[in-house]
Amino acid sequence: MINWHTFFFWLFALASCGFAVAVVLANHIVRMAFYLILSLGAVAGLFFLAGADLVGAMQLMIYVGGTLVLLVFGVMLTAQGPWVTMKTGPLQLLASWLVGGSLLVLLVWAAWSVPDWKGRTINPHAEAQPTASRLGLGLTGVRVDQLQQKDPVLRRGMSGYLLPFEIVSVHLLVVLIGAAFLARAKKRAGKPTPQETHGP
Amino acid sequence: MAAYLVHHLDLAPQWQWLAFLGVALFQCGILLGIVLTAAGGFTWLERKVSGRIQDRLGPTRAGGRFGWLQALADGVKLITKEDLVPAEADAMLFRLAPYISFCASFAVYLALPFADGWVSQRLNTAVFFILAVAGLEVFGVILGGYASGSKWSLFGAMREAAQVVSYEVPLGLSAVVPVLVAGSMDLVTIGQMQQGWFTSWLIFHDPFTFLTFFVYLTCAVASVNRAPFDLAEAESELVAGFLTEYSGFRWSLFFMAEYASMTAVAGLAAILFFGGWNGPLPITEWLGLNAARGPAAGWAGDLLGSLNFLFKAFVGVTVMMWLRWTLPRLRIDQVMTVCLKYCIPLSATMFVGVVVWTYLLPGGLLLHPRLGEVGERTMGPEGASLDSPGQRPGYRPTLLAASPNGAQPRDANVARAPFQGSGVPKDTVSQGLRPGLSSRAPSGLSAGESTGVARKVAGTLRVPSALTRSVRSTTVIDSPILSVSNRARSGLKTRVDKPPAASSANVAQTVSGPPKEWSP
Repeated sequence: MINWHTFFFWLFALASCGFAVAVVLANHIVRMAFYLILSLGAVAGLFFLAGADLVGAMQLMIYVGGTLVLLVFGVMLTAQGPWVTMKTGPLQLLASWLVGGSLLVLLVWAAWSVPDWKGRTINPHAEAQPTASRLGLGLTGVRVDQLQQKDPVLRRGMSGYLLPFEIVSVHLLVVLIGAAFLARAKKRAGKPTPQETHGP
Repeated sequence: MAAYLVHHLDLAPQWQWLAFLGVALFQCGILLGIVLTAAGGFTWLERKVSGRIQDRLGPTRAGGRFGWLQALADGVKLITKEDLVPAEADAMLFRLAPYISFCASFAVYLALPFADGWVSQRLNTAVFFILAVAGLEVFGVILGGYASGSKWSLFGAMREAAQVVSYEVPLGLSAVVPVLVAGSMDLVTIGQMQQGWFTSWLIFHDPFTFLTFFVYLTCAVASVNRAPFDLAEAESELVAGFLTEYSGFRWSLFFMAEYASMTAVAGLAAILFFGGWNGPLPITEWLGLNAARGPAAGWAGDLLGSLNFLFKAFVGVTVMMWLRWTLPRLRIDQVMTVCLKYCIPLSATMFVGVVVWTYLLPGGLLLHPRLGEVGERTMGPEGASLDSPGQRPGYRPTLLAASPNGAQPRDANVARAPFQGSGVPKDTVSQGLRPGLSSRAPSGLSAGESTGVARKVAGTLRVPSALTRSVRSTTVIDSPILSVSNRARSGLKTRVDKPPAASSANVAQTVSGPPKEWSP
């Protein structure tokens, strides 16, 4: 019998890791962006597989969609020649190996130190549950995942994250408007803008 | 569906995966069939509509009177063309780009319901999922334009990138407005809430949703690159934009992606604003075609509903074609002006307006009430008594009780179901078998106890009962991909939110009790 869950887990995991390695090994920037799309998309697939459909859609929307459009956009706007390749010097290579390797060691060590992740203790009754409602309620202060909390002091702390979330969102909006204001074409008085003279 | 097959064919455990695989392939086949046939039909329709608007006849020769075989002739022509890759191009990205566009626009149909429950994967964040996946289509265009090695293609890709990044924002904002009114991001739930006459369609809910639809239409046209927003192709300026170097089958993949996403945004509009599969007249109710009369009647009702849905989606696509020959193409600065100066402020205003409207008039102005009044947040009494043995600790999806003084349903004969709030009509209660819409008899506590407990620990934060509803409707995972192993391990037991034997009497007994209840 084929265990589809395991099959798709390995498929997405291998795609994610393989394309991540391809990002590192490729030296053509747009191809790196393309591999990054595939790697992040495979991570979104892992989220969907775990039943976290909201997080998976967020991964697609924010990481795959937003970040990579910006990356491709940036490459197109900044590149001088038609095909941009990256040439790394030996010093850069050494530094990146050091930083990346230590981060990898740190992450692997952290992952292995989680007691729940050791061994193969699979809960046979566990099913993928939708998480969107839980996350949304947690955001507004209804912590349905913490109902067993007996300590009244700790329960007071579960007041939700709506206010900080809103503050951060408004802050980001202000930053966006400010960036658009700074980057806009300066129109001199009396002179038409290039678009008005030449057309598109 | 797969569990049904396994149960009735009495498959041995080692062959059950065949049932799941078969169901998955069947659903894929149906979706591909609909999308590809629709794409073929739309190319023909596009030619005909264009011809008629320009006072021409359009295709007349191929296949007889109306040139109805023109799409097939086009397909044969495109497949037999040579698959060219320019010498200057990045061959790998150039070849892969059409597939990215097509896969992204096809994946939208994974979460798009065609009728009540006729969806290949019911997600409780379906609106968000669709917007996220539909936004990926742009990558094919950008990569294809960049990898072509041609300046026309690069111009097209640049314009596309600028346009799509801008229009995602108002598109998302205007899609949020009906979600806000419905209180759910689950498209099946949103469709079910608009059951009945056309007055229950969300576009007629209040003036803000009415205006929001037009913002949505503008942004949807822009996000699928149709005229007047077809700057990425712009035949009269950029040869063919990002499509300049493409020919043959890869070119047609881009076009199929375009038609598929046109149908998808039109279908999303049909569900969010125009009642989805619920017609302007409740014909299926008059005919008695619902699941309460047996599975065959329910199936026939759903079939009629899906035809209704497809008709609405096709009307939406036809409107887009009509727009194409009515409005001239905008310049890129005009495109940005429309988005930044008009669409975003308009959709933000509509968002605030609809919040105020639903707060001040939760029952609607003169139509039947849809949003219930606010419920109360309830916490478990120190948590302990909420854990019935054998249940998974952690998430209790239905701890929130609906408000005891919520708005009454339209039909006074229907006992008020706690899940229901007020908008869902009667037959969904009485049949009680719709996945995700059914409440369940309390198992841990009796109804009286739970009311007392709920009163005792009622919190201060007031949660709209729409939120409560969305909490109760946990998604039924019926996909062969996500839950096959778990189903197999647990002996194919059904999910907890499907009541095992929820006859109408059973449900009626449940819902006629006090409205607060605890259910696992």
